[in-house]
Order: sequence, then C-alpha cells, then structure tokens
Amino acid sequence: MAKKPQLAADTRPWRDPAAKPFVRIRNVTKKFGDVAAVDDLSLDIYQGELFCLLGGSGSGKSTLLRMLAGFESPTSGTIEIDGQDMSNVAPYNRPINMMFQSYALFPHMSVWNNIAYGLKRDHMGSAEIAARVDELLKLVKLEPYAQRKPHQLSGGQRQRVALARALAKRPKLLLLDEPLGALDKKLREETQFELVKIQETLGVTFIVVTHDQEEAMSLATRIGVMNQGEIAMIGEPAEIYEFPNSRFVAGFIGSVNMVEGVVTEDEPDHVRIHSEDLGTDIYVEHGVDCSPEQILWWAIRPEKVELTRDRPQTPPGIPEGANLVKGYVEDIAYLGDMTVYQVRLDNGRYMRVTKTNTRRGDPDAISWDETVWASWAGSSGSVLTN
Amino acid sequence: MGQLGRVLGLGADQLTLNLPGPVSNRLAWIRRGLATMGISGRALVIAAPAAWLTLFFLVPLAVVFGISLATKEFGQPPYSDLLTTSDKGTVQLTLHLSNYIRIFTDPSNIYINAFLSSIRIAAISTVFAILLGYPMAYAIARAPDRWRNILLMLVILPFWTSFLLRVYALSGFLRGEGVINNVLGVFGIAPLTMMQTDFAVYVGIVYSYLPFFILPLYTNLVKLDPALLEASADLGARPIRTFFSITLPLSMPGVIAGAMLVFIPAIGEFVIPSLLGGPGTQMIGRILWDEFFSKTNWPRAAALAITMLIIVVIPIMLMQRAQNAVVEGRR
Amino acid sequence: MGRNRWFLPVASSIGFIFLYAPILSLVVFSFNANRLVTVWSGFSTQAYADLWADPQLLPAAWLSLQIAAVSATIALVLGTLCAVALVRFRRFRGKTVLQATVSAPLVMPDVITGIALLLLFVTMQSLIGWPQGRGVLTIILAHSTFCTAYVTVVVQSRLADFDMSLEEAAMDLGASPVRVFFDITLPIIAPALVSGWLLAFTLSLDDLVIASFVSGPGSSTLPMIIFSKVRLGVAPEVNALATIIIGVVAVGVVFATIYGLRQGGKQKQA
Repeated sequence: MAKKPQLAADTRPWRDPAAKPFVRIRNVTKKFGDVAAVDDLSLDIYQGELFCLLGGSGSGKSTLLRMLAGFESPTSGTIEIDGQDMSNVAPYNRPINMMFQSYALFPHMSVWNNIAYGLKRDHMGSAEIAARVDELLKLVKLEPYAQRKPHQLSGGQRQRVALARALAKRPKLLLLDEPLGALDKKLREETQFELVKIQETLGVTFIVVTHDQEEAMSLATRIGVMNQGEIAMIGEPAEIYEFPNSRFVAGFIGSVNMVEGVVTEDEPDHVRIHSEDLGTDIYVEHGVDCSPEQILWWAIRPEKVELTRDRPQTPPGIPEGANLVKGYVEDIAYLGDMTVYQVRLDNGRYMRVTKTNTRRGDPDAISWDETVWASWAGSSGSVLTN
Repeated sequence: MGQLGRVLGLGADQLTLNLPGPVSNRLAWIRRGLATMGISGRALVIAAPAAWLTLFFLVPLAVVFGISLATKEFGQPPYSDLLTTSDKGTVQLTLHLSNYIRIFTDPSNIYINAFLSSIRIAAISTVFAILLGYPMAYAIARAPDRWRNILLMLVILPFWTSFLLRVYALSGFLRGEGVINNVLGVFGIAPLTMMQTDFAVYVGIVYSYLPFFILPLYTNLVKLDPALLEASADLGARPIRTFFSITLPLSMPGVIAGAMLVFIPAIGEFVIPSLLGGPGTQMIGRILWDEFFSKTNWPRAAALAITMLIIVVIPIMLMQRAQNAVVEGRR
Repeated sequence: MGRNRWFLPVASSIGFIFLYAPILSLVVFSFNANRLVTVWSGFSTQAYADLWADPQLLPAAWLSLQIAAVSATIALVLGTLCAVALVRFRRFRGKTVLQATVSAPLVMPDVITGIALLLLFVTMQSLIGWPQGRGVLTIILAHSTFCTAYVTVVVQSRLADFDMSLEEAAMDLGASPVRVFFDITLPIIAPALVSGWLLAFTLSLDDLVIASFVSGPGSSTLPMIIFSKVRLGVAPEVNALATIIIGVVAVGVVFATIYGLRQGGKQKQA
C-alpha cells in the first residue's frame, strides 16, 4: 500500500471518525439471475458531499443508484438514509429525488407543470407552489420558458428543467445519473461549475453517477471508483489520481505508465525494484509493505517524468542509474497546452511522457527522433501490490 | 365557481377531481378491504380481461367441441344432450363421432372438397395479394416523407369503410351489366362472365385484404437501413440483384406476417364467396353457414368449425413466429 | 429501384386504382337515375330519397351505431387492461395463454367465433337462464370480445415503446403507481387509446357474420340488412348509404391524418 503524507485537519466529514454518515450502504448485493451487478458493497456518504460513483459500463454504478432511488431492491444488504432503513420504502416515499440521464421530462406538461409536479404530490397550496416554482426557474435561469413544452427546448435547457424539477421538493439527497452526458463539451464545462455552485449554495448531498473521469474529478468532493459491482477505491480526487490503491484504479483514471518489477531491496526507509519492462531499477524513497523478492507493479503518471537531452545528475541518496532510462522520441502529439511524447526506450518498450508548454513557441523543444533521458523523483510513482 | 373550484382542479394542462368526502372515504374503504383480502391491484388488472376472455372465448370453443360430439335433433336447442340419465339413474356420456366421420367419408366428398378448395382459393388469393401489395408497400416505404403519409392514408382509408360495402361495390364492378363490361362494351368487346366464378372470389379476397398485407410489410420495409442497399451497390450489385439478395430476404418476416393476415381469415371467408362466388365455389365458411342456418344441423356445423380451427392453427403459429421476428428486427 | 423507375410507380398506381375504382363507382352510381344502377342514365338523388324512406336501413344503422359505441368502450377498457398486463407485468401464471387468447380473434375466421359464441349463449341459457334469448345484449357481448383483441394489439404496441423513465420520474417525485398511470401513462398513450376505440367501433359496425349468429328477432344490425338486400341484386339505396358512409369516413381519416402529422411534428415520441 502506498504511503501518503499526513494532511492538516479540516472540515471534510469523511475524515472525522465521529461523523455520522447520511447514507449508509451496508453489504448490498444485487443479483439479476446468476449475475451480481452489485457485489457485497458497503459505502458511507456524508451530508453535504458531492459524491461521484465512477465506473465503466457494467460496473454496477447505475444499479446502485437505482437501488438508492428505490427502483430496484437489493437482493441482500441494507440501505439507510438519514438513519432510516429504506428496505420497504417505495420510491415515492423516499426523501430523495433523481435527475434522470434522459431527463424524463413529461412531454405533455409545460416546464412550469413539470417542476410543480412533485410539489403537487405533496399537496402544497397553490400559492406556495407558485412561489417555489418561480424561485427554481430563477435558479436555473429559465423564467421566460415557463410555459414551453419540453420538445420546444434545447438540450441544455431541458437539463436545467430536469435539475429544477429534482430540486423542487428540497430533497436532502439528490441522485444524478450521467447529468452532463448529453451536453456538448463547452456546455458541459459551464454546467459543471453551475452544478457545483448550486450544490454548495443549497447544501444538498449529491450522488452523481458517471463514466467520465474528467467530470468526476472536477465535480466531486469524493469519488468512489467501481469495478464489476465492487468499490475499487474511495477517496478525494487527488487521492484517487496520485495515490491509487490498485492497478485497476491507476489504469482507469488518466493515463499512466505501469510496469512490473521484482523487489530487490526491502528496507523501512526505501525499496528498490528491478524492472525488466523499463530496463532499469526503480528506487522508491519510502518503505513499502511487501516481502523481499516480491513481484509487484509500479505506476507513474506521464507528467511526473522529466525528459532531458543530456544524462541528468543523479540526486543525492539515489543509487547510480536508478530512476533513469534512455530512449528516443518516436512520436509527438502537440495538444496546445501540453505535449505528449511517446518515447521508445532502449529495451524496446514505450514510455509516455507529457510536458506543459510553459514557454510560448519554445525553439528549444525536444523533437522527433531525438535521444532523451527520462528521469523521475523517488516519490513520484506509486507502488501497487494488487 | 368557488364551489366548483374546490372539487375540480384545473391546471394548465390537467384536470384533477377531488372526490367529495363520502365518495372518497368509500373508495378508501374498498381499497383497504381489498388489500386485507390480499387482492393486489395487479391481480385485478389481469383478472378482469382474463375472466372475460375465458368466459367469452375459451369456454365457447370448448362448448363447440362438446356440441360437435352431439347429433342433430328436433327441438330447442336442436342437438342431443351429451349427458343423459338412464332409467336406472346412472349418468351416461354419449359422444357421437358421426359428424367427424361424415366430414371425412361423405360420398360426395363435399366437406373435404370444400376444405381443399378453401385452402386453395385462400392460397392463390394470398399470392395475388403479395404480387400486388409488395410493390405498393415498397413504393410507399421508399417515397419521400410528405408523400408517404398521404399514400399510407390512401391505403388505410378503404379499410375504415365497410368491408361488406366494398365487396358489394366490387360486385357492381364485375357483374354482367357492371362497370367493367360497360367499358369493354364501348370497345365492342363481349361481356365477360366474372361474377360467380373462382376468379371473382380471388379478386374479392385480394380487394378486401390488401391493406392487411401492405401495412405489416410496409412497417418492415420502412425500417430497412438504406445503407445496406448502398453497400450492396458499392460492391457491384445491380438494383435487381440488390433487391433479391438483400431487400427480399430482409423483408421476409413482414411478408409472412402480412400473408398470414390474408391467408388465415380467407380460408374461413363467408361474405365474399356468398356475394361473388357461384355454386361451384364451395368454401368452407359457406358450407358451415348453410349447415347451421339452412339445415339447422348445429352439431355438424360445430364439427366443421373444430376442423377448420385445427387446420388454421398451424398458419397462426407460423404467423406468431413471423410477428416475433418483426419485433426482434425492430430492436 | 434504379434505372427501372417506371416499374414501382406503375405497379403501385395499378394497386391504388384497383383499391379505389369500385368505391368510386359506388359513389358515382348512387346518383344514377337508372334503377339498374350500373348503366348511367342521368343524375338523380332518388336513391337517397329511397334510403330515407326505407323502413329497415336507417333504424338498423342507428342500432348498429349504438352497439358499436358500447362494444368499443367495453373493448377499450378490457383491451387496455390486457395490454398493460402483457407489457408491464414481467411474468405471471398464464401469461402465454393470455397472449394467445388475445391474439387469436385477430385472424380466426369469423364463422368459428360466431358459432362458438352462439353455442355458448345457448348453453348458458339452458344452464343458468341467462342470457335470455339472443338480441342486442348478446351482440354487444360478442363484439366486445373480438374487438378487445384489436384494442390490445394497438395499445400493447404503444406501451412497448413507452419510455419508462417518465413513470420512474413521476414516482421519484412522489406519485403512487395509480397516480402515475392517470397523470403520466394515460395522457401520453391517449392517441393509441383513441385509435383503438375507433378501430373497435369500425369493426363492430361492420361485422356481419358474428352478428348473424348471435342476434335474435328484432335485433338486426345494419350489415345484416345490407347483406339480405344485396344478395338478391343491386340496391340503389345501399349505394346511397355507402356513399354517405364513405364520405364520413373519408373526412374523418383525412382530418385524423392531418392532425396526426401536426402532432408528430410537435411532440417527440415519449
């Protein structure tokens, strides 16, 4: 398990051992026939979080969301919301509202009536309903569209109606199923910020299901990465990205260089790994919970690797030749804000390195077919034992 | 208006009726009662139509089968009782197989001939319907959007007018002094005898059932991906080849579904052979009618009905399979 | 079909002409002065006067309209329930039987259905004394039964395409299943219900064989009267009646198509 530095105490509730979780999912399994879509999953979510369930298709995230909403019941296990067991509670009796992936706006009702629908089910007075609907229309900036029908709105506008409708009843918990999936890139970025702002202002707990890592990383206070019905890792975006707990998580988020190696030195303050994949030794500047001669994996993000034309000086404390490889640049992808280098190492394998273009029109930039040295700091990579 | 407002809620696009206290209480009481009896809403939804259909569809078929095993008698109702009590007081079940035996062994073979000719006539008519209907369905499916709806409407319109009246219209067309012969007369051609022939029955069946063939086929053809035809052309196939290798096979489920919608009811047709056919066109529907109404031989008619049902079951199953294929294709 | 552009238009035109020529001739000859109907000898509306004066046709038409309205409504309720059960309830005992029972009347020859229902009514009468004789009631029962099949098909196909997330959204907002059905499902499938009702109405109005089997004295439906008149030959007053019916139907279908086209443009399929 990779060690991470201690951070200062703060107000994030999941770091407080005494905090009571708002949603408790305990050993929930959901089987369809013989297939377990969700397998013995346990998860605590705290009030005020913007929690993202991140996973590919088939990971079970949508099934979990539907169980929270009440459209599926767990085969076994319990779900508690605000201390109340939801086992026999129908969807229309839960203190939860959901924003659907397809928005599910009622086509035969106007925007106003769509938003008012949930309030009418609560038998609110008509004056109250009117006030609340107007408030929400203002929140999502759709006042002039109140009398339009859904088919007369654009995709982005429909999304906002769906959000307003879901927030109308002031739910304590809001479930969002791929909320930004149907929007184009520009709109997506704008909406991401708006969503976070709304969530922070209202203090509602959000649970977002998505397959889009960027979306998860930018929205979430915490991310739960799901794989085949189980949680692979829970943590803040930085934790997930910089300190993945497994090969799956490391490979799932962002891009990564992952190599296999065998432990040659195992000390409390450092570990030395010999990797044939890289053709060099990796020197890790902290102890790792492993056994001598153990086979494990090491992952480093492309932006943590430095490329130089000349062989760099070995930093003090690092054995000669460790954390260093030679190769040549086989391919370059210029992305504007950064450049991606595909480096062919001397042993024939490839390494992906990225560099931010801090200098405008850099005449000194490394180019194709140049011989380069790739090096990294001792704590830049993650050691993964599973 | 105020009073009304309390009862009736008028929203921009919906109407809610607040049931007055006594009614609302009654309904709630009934609901609770049903719930305690363990009857869910779900069960009621299934039970109502199921009960109706069982009583008015399945049971009648059983009754027909039962009566087919009786014999004709005088009186009301004009058939023998299956269950009789003998003098000794024992209950006897008398099953007359005579009707079925007679169907197969009648010296004039009237029944067997009628069955065979019904199947033959239905089959030939179906073929004509396919030949005439396929190009129409294809043309509508390929037509530009604006035209397509108009053409569909034109195909469906006759269907909404009376079947009986359309057959009557056809008879006016085909008879000795009918329209066709009048037109031919203008050209100096002698009148054709078209009425009271098998030909008239073919025309009649095709005429009446054509929309039934066109619609399922059209639904199938319209879902055909034009990219497939383009790919075929790109690979070197001429239009005719594309049609026979690509379009036709893919449209088969639609063709079968439509054909069955013509063939199966046509076997038992009564109106068309009555109005358009002659004494030579014996279809089983007519025979059954005569047995029932003219000869008052209900058991014989019942036996004919059962036999017809058995004959018709196989094409029905074929059609179900084709329907499922059409639905699968949709997914 | 590529180069042979003439084939399709010609073949389909033949088809359309074939479909409409007899109908049009029916209409044209209803204005024929000649009683022989198919030989034109001048314009006259005598046939319409005869229709008005005919003691059987118009009363039978009125009876048929009433029977059709009642049967269609019963069939609508039963058919919708059936469709809901078949589409929404995943599994229940007898589901395949229900599906088969509901689809069978669609193709089964009328004579079988007719004789079966009549024999049922006769047997029921001798067993429990109801229905008393055959008449309007038995016709309504019979028509409701076979029309249910058609309504089920129409509503079933609409429900199968229905976007379930709309119902889930309503439940999520606090609506109970019954509420969801009346607030969301029913309004959205309403066009299918209307066409189902119209289909049942037309079929009931038009039925000859089944009505002949299960009707009684004094309950002759319009098709029965028409049939008895036309089997003897041509009847001008029937032409007149046919023209009126065709006119009404044509207007109705045209309006429905225009309405449907406009709706289709507005509302996306839900």
